Amino acid sequence: MSEQDTAAAREVLIKYFDGTERLASIVDQEVPYPDGKLIVSRTDPQGIITHANRAFIEMSGYTREELIGTNHYILRHPDMPAVAFKDLWDTVAQGKKWQGYVKNLRKDGAYYWVKATVIPNIRNGQLVGYTSVRRKPSRSKINESEALYATLR
Amino acid sequence: MALNLSVSPDFPPTHLSGWFIFNTWLQRQLGEGVHLELYDSFEQQREDIRAGKLDLIYANPYDASMLVRELGFKVLVRPRNRADETVIAVRADDEVTCVEDLAPGLKVATTADPDVHIMGMIMLESADLDATNVSFKELDSYVLVAKALLNRDADAGFFLKAGFEELSELVRSKMKPLVSSQISVVHHTLVAGPRMQAHMDTLTDRLVNMEHDPKGIPVLKSMGLDGWDVMEEEQTEFMIDLIDTLVD
Ligand SMILES: Cc1cc2nc3c(=O)[nH]c(=O)nc-3n(C[C@H](O)[C@H](O)[C@H](O)COP(=O)(O)O)c2cc1C
Repeated sequence: MSEQDTAAAREVLIKYFDGTERLASIVDQEVPYPDGKLIVSRTDPQGIITHANRAFIEMSGYTREELIGTNHYILRHPDMPAVAFKDLWDTVAQGKKWQGYVKNLRKDGAYYWVKATVIPNIRNGQLVGYTSVRRKPSRSKINESEALYATLR
Repeated sequence: MALNLSVSPDFPPTHLSGWFIFNTWLQRQLGEGVHLELYDSFEQQREDIRAGKLDLIYANPYDASMLVRELGFKVLVRPRNRADETVIAVRADDEVTCVEDLAPGLKVATTADPDVHIMGMIMLESADLDATNVSFKELDSYVLVAKALLNRDADAGFFLKAGFEELSELVRSKMKPLVSSQISVVHHTLVAGPRMQAHMDTLTDRLVNMEHDPKGIPVLKSMGLDGWDVMEEEQTEFMIDLIDTLVD
């Protein structure tokens, strides 16, 4: 768990890239990544969730019904710098694999860190969507990312 | 010309005879000669796959990816309830209690099984361990991986979960699993090559019906399988995409 964790709730207005925004309740409390699991989701080319596995549902705190059809930014944590996601989108738009450490926001306001890999899904030469698979990150990588992202916000 | 059936070298040796029985069943279904070609090494099998020598392969998920995306094979079915999961274990008397307790310099006993090795390495990442600070002892079977661990030739072992569970109770009692993967969508598949084209639909039907067919039931049993489920093309693509995210 991070040293900054206070478990106190605060209201934060999150502004998304597409111009929409939402008031989210943020609780500075980490939920540990489950050992041995991969959190898997798929999106359409626009980033709308089309598939979520059980680990995704359990960790995000949302139901499958709430997730499918929703923009993936529903998990965006305000501590994540916009440049990280710009890098993600720029990379996959070139047909390449993106890898990075992401702090995700749960429905209950708590957070969890992942090491994420996102790849484009190509079928018969056409881009049909993206797949993201997350695994457990090391504590040292979380600490490094926390420090780096704080300078990029 | 006879068709060639092969099985990924990671299948449990206890089911060897089952694959010969399956081969006989297969010849009856297809009305053609089928030869079962078995390999000790993944590399040797891959060479023959690339040389176009094999027509029907019970492939591990990593090889299925190459077969489908590079060689135009098609996945027909998957075995029910047989996901490929990986276990990292240490000696029971080791003071280590979780992956994060493992330290650089770790000696890992592993096999050439690509899926298990890749997943094992992914599960070590949370301890900041990777190929630069871990050394490997590559062995031919999970029995030998266990032996290396118990003989203190290695500090940790990577096991296919099914392989770990087939070890004797005595051997298992001397080991301690630290983590077991729970992925569930990565599994072996039966993959058919271009020369199987004319047989694919019939064979898929027969395979799916095997569990209801009095002649098929004992064959499944001898292979240690519950039954086959159809793999739709998109399910296959999804599994391969997922594996793509795991390999560098
Ligand atoms: C397959 C895929 C998975 C993604 N997973 C996440 C995620 O887990 N958390 C997250 O905050 N953003 C994720 N994103 C990025 C979001 O689409 C979005 O760019 C990000 O949340 C920032 O929101 P914004 O671009 O509207 O500012 C993912 C994108 C793709 C294509």
